Amino acid sequence: MARAAVRGRLTWQVARVSSVTRETDSVCTIGLEVPDWAGHQAGEHLDVRLTAEDGYTAERSYSIATADGEPVAITVERLEDGEVSPYLTGELRAGDQLELRGPIGRWFVWDTSDGGPLLLIAGGSGVVPLRAILRHRQRSGSEVPVRLLYSSRTLADVIYHHELDQYRGDAEVSYTLTRSQPPGWTGYSGRVDAAMLSEIAWPASQHPLAFVCGPTRFVETVAEKLVALGYPASRVKTERFGGT
Amino acid sequence: MVTLDGNAIGGLLHEVFGADMTDAEATCATCGATGPVAETVVYLRGPGTVVRCRSCSGVLMVISQIRGVNCVDVRGLTTLGPHQGADAAG
Repeated sequence: MARAAVRGRLTWQVARVSSVTRETDSVCTIGLEVPDWAGHQAGEHLDVRLTAEDGYTAERSYSIATADGEPVAITVERLEDGEVSPYLTGELRAGDQLELRGPIGRWFVWDTSDGGPLLLIAGGSGVVPLRAILRHRQRSGSEVPVRLLYSSRTLADVIYHHELDQYRGDAEVSYTLTRSQPPGWTGYSGRVDAAMLSEIAWPASQHPLAFVCGPTRFVETVAEKLVALGYPASRVKTERFGGT
Repeated sequence: MVTLDGNAIGGLLHEVFGADMTDAEATCATCGATGPVAETVVYLRGPGTVVRCRSCSGVLMVISQIRGVNCVDVRGLTTLGPHQGADAAG
């Protein structure tokens, strides 16, 4: 594979926070300057480690929000009972330091040579690595057809809404809102189901490549339904997240 | 208990094996199923990290940190090797 570049050991390093941008009430994008960054590919993640004064450490994985060649950024959703995300989304400021290691996870990577058509299905903050894939596709001038289906609780919870809308015309972007819909909403409503997927998913005969990212139950439901639509399991790449 | 998948331990496995293992292929010693490490079932919150087969739930790997050392039990695997090509996985 062309992208099998040899990377060195994965070591913890200290990054400097270059920016903190609020995306929604509970979600922030954190721009990072990482001195010895090996370069990442769209879809990869990194690990963040926080260390308390008494030496207690907590590690979490966050998807990288940016495309190949762009500065590193992560997008983090605040979980009220979390150990790490309340600090990252509430306390962290530009100029602060953050310990991290990465990039990690070439399984969930899309590169232009992987082709498509591409089907991207996101639940909540599972949109983060898929946004990186959309950005990489656009920046590289790829003409691989792409459809995104993004499931969110409410319209206010949609991350990158403005940016995703800008891809329309070039990419097919659909939303489904599971908890409430604003008056006049013309997108989908409710959880992703077989009927919604059969409308949005490329026919299996086109040999599509699917990336599904979200909470565990969401991913397993969607992946199962794609296989039922004839997608080979090897063409449905999944990444689950959850917990604190 | 919410399970995750092999992507979630990509960093830990890189630390243990010295390479990105998410697209490596694992063969289950219990049922013989083969698939990418990324697609395994992962329990993070036990006393140690438990990796199970998505087909039969057999334990593939257990990784525990004991006094700063990663102790790795791979008796549930018959093979763990490089990815054989996109269409062979799964």
